[in-house]
Amino acid sequence: MSNQQKHWEKTRGLLFITLAIWFVFSIGIFLFGAEMNEVTGPFGYPWTYWFTCQGSLGAFVILIFWFANRQEKIDEEFGFSEREDE
Amino acid sequence: MKGNFIDNLPKVYGIYTGGFIGFIIIMAIAEQMGMTAKAIGIAFVAFTVFIYALIGWLSRTAQADAYYVAGRQVPTVFNGMATAADWMSGASFVAMAGGIYFKGYGYMALLVGWTGGYVLVASLLAPYLRKFGCYTVPDFIGTRYGGNLARFSAVVVLTVASFTYVTAQINATGTIASVALDIPFQYAVYVGLISILLCSMLGGMRGVTWTQVAQYIVLIIAYLLPVFWISNKMGAGFFPHFMLADEVARIGELEQQFGFVKNAAADLKSVPKGLAGITKAHSAVNATPWAFISLALAMMMGTASLPHVMMRYFTTPSVKAARKSVGWSLFFIFLLYSSAPMLATLSKLSLIDPNLPTGIIGKTFAEVEAIDWYQNWNQANLMFISDFNGNGTLELNEFFMGGKAVVLATPEIAGLPYVISGLVAAGGMAAAMSTADGLILAIANAISHDVYYKIIDPKAETAKRLLVARVLLVIIGFAGATIAAMEIQGILGSVIWAFDFAMSGLFFPLVLGVWWKRANRQGAIAGMLGGLAAGTWYLVWVRTGGSGFLGITQLTFGIFGSAVSLIAMVVVSLMTAEPDKATQKMVDDVRVPSGKSILGKSH
Repeated sequence: MSNQQKHWEKTRGLLFITLAIWFVFSIGIFLFGAEMNEVTGPFGYPWTYWFTCQGSLGAFVILIFWFANRQEKIDEEFGFSEREDE
Repeated sequence: MKGNFIDNLPKVYGIYTGGFIGFIIIMAIAEQMGMTAKAIGIAFVAFTVFIYALIGWLSRTAQADAYYVAGRQVPTVFNGMATAADWMSGASFVAMAGGIYFKGYGYMALLVGWTGGYVLVASLLAPYLRKFGCYTVPDFIGTRYGGNLARFSAVVVLTVASFTYVTAQINATGTIASVALDIPFQYAVYVGLISILLCSMLGGMRGVTWTQVAQYIVLIIAYLLPVFWISNKMGAGFFPHFMLADEVARIGELEQQFGFVKNAAADLKSVPKGLAGITKAHSAVNATPWAFISLALAMMMGTASLPHVMMRYFTTPSVKAARKSVGWSLFFIFLLYSSAPMLATLSKLSLIDPNLPTGIIGKTFAEVEAIDWYQNWNQANLMFISDFNGNGTLELNEFFMGGKAVVLATPEIAGLPYVISGLVAAGGMAAAMSTADGLILAIANAISHDVYYKIIDPKAETAKRLLVARVLLVIIGFAGATIAAMEIQGILGSVIWAFDFAMSGLFFPLVLGVWWKRANRQGAIAGMLGGLAAGTWYLVWVRTGGSGFLGITQLTFGIFGSAVSLIAMVVVSLMTAEPDKATQKMVDDVRVPSGKSILGKSH
């Protein structure tokens, strides 16, 4: 397998992990919205309500920065990161 | 100042922010000295629009690279701010807190959808389209799949989606300009339009970028300052986002106590159009999982297909910067979106809690009608009370309000000085203008670059291309304003439709263009046109009394459209020949960040 194929395989792996986490916060928890809202969550808000106000939104912000860093590491590992002069 | 403009950006915008805060303070002092509310409103809107126009003029350019992609040198964080302003429209600013106030959980699917979409943008598309080096979204489609028909189909989808969106934005600038400047809506729409064109016409993407950063700073100050101030004034908490749990619980208690009494249809007829009462629980789950998830999903996939957002990531210096920039965009959006539910909570509690001095439920009608702010907003057609049961006391089901009032009226209800209301008007204007700018530019660029330059006259010189681009900008702007002036559709409904149109036609052709090498021209054309046609058909069918299926409504028709798009694209691609070697090589090159971009620097 060529260097480029390996790079793409790892990139795809990272995509699947990222989309799995994205799925949990955008869809997964809202499958059980009614049940989870009975429980008191962070800062005293009901759980599901808190996720729609802040939790999921904040998780997406963190997820994108985490993804960007991981992808940069993958690019470096295979020598595909950009040089500054490009 | 020494050094070039880009290096000095933090300083430039630091001074700008300081200057704007200084302006707010001067206005506050002027108010104390007797400046009228009307004069303050005019000063806020006129001052900020003048600054944007000045930035637009300073950014004028005669180079294609600067006009289409701001010279590809916008730093990560500043591009994040510009994208946030591009993204957060008049609807986000003026209508979102109101939607949460009235509809609660079911509506908050939009919050999740309009933020979660950025994960798809960052991981599936933005870095790869940046590597491609295109000027517009149809530029990517046209080069990846080849052929004028593919390019043209992408322009069609882009125009349908963006034009639906832009009329709503021009409508919003008109509404705010007409209130703040006290002129009729029909003229105010054109005042709004001219302000929008001043920012974008001379500098194209470069002008829009630097005005959008300036507009973000205005709109975020205008949104956060009142939320924090009201929360502190009510004693609800120093940092509302972490401290309103008691208030949320208290609203639940009051809802129990008052109950949601259903009004008779005959009574409701007397309520002015557009106003609503509180009929849904504030923090309870009031929608089925599928209703919530399908709306969120439609908004997420729409986010990843809307060209005016995607093209912001063409302006970063590198692929790496494009990825990080998506994160910053969402961070800046998060600041406003996470505050909207807090504002809705504060607004609702201050109105309905009889223990608070501002509460009106339980007071007599004579008392409420004597309140200054009630009279003002009743006159503005945003508040209404009616004694349905004839007991002389205001009940929860007898109080009606317009969605916009949550953002526009809450500062006044909470007793904040008028200077805050002027600030909020300037913020709403900034939000609507920045989105309208991005959208008009997206349409005009697609037609000037992809239709005129790439299809009609590939030998055109730069000066002629940019002239065509500017003429189109004006034409599209006026067309949008003319339709906006007719006031045929609400702001929020048409915004949601724009997402559905975009995802129906563009989501899968864009994503599969990068992630599926086998996707070919015939498949992409079938996907774009089939998806758009299917989505449009579904919308028309449901609007004309069709029952729909699978719980897909007129707000989520993109789910059906994009499913048809995916199937059409895969089936047609597999039935026809695979893309040639050169195209496959191109896809391989797009997938690695290093090396030259696919399209030349100036093309």
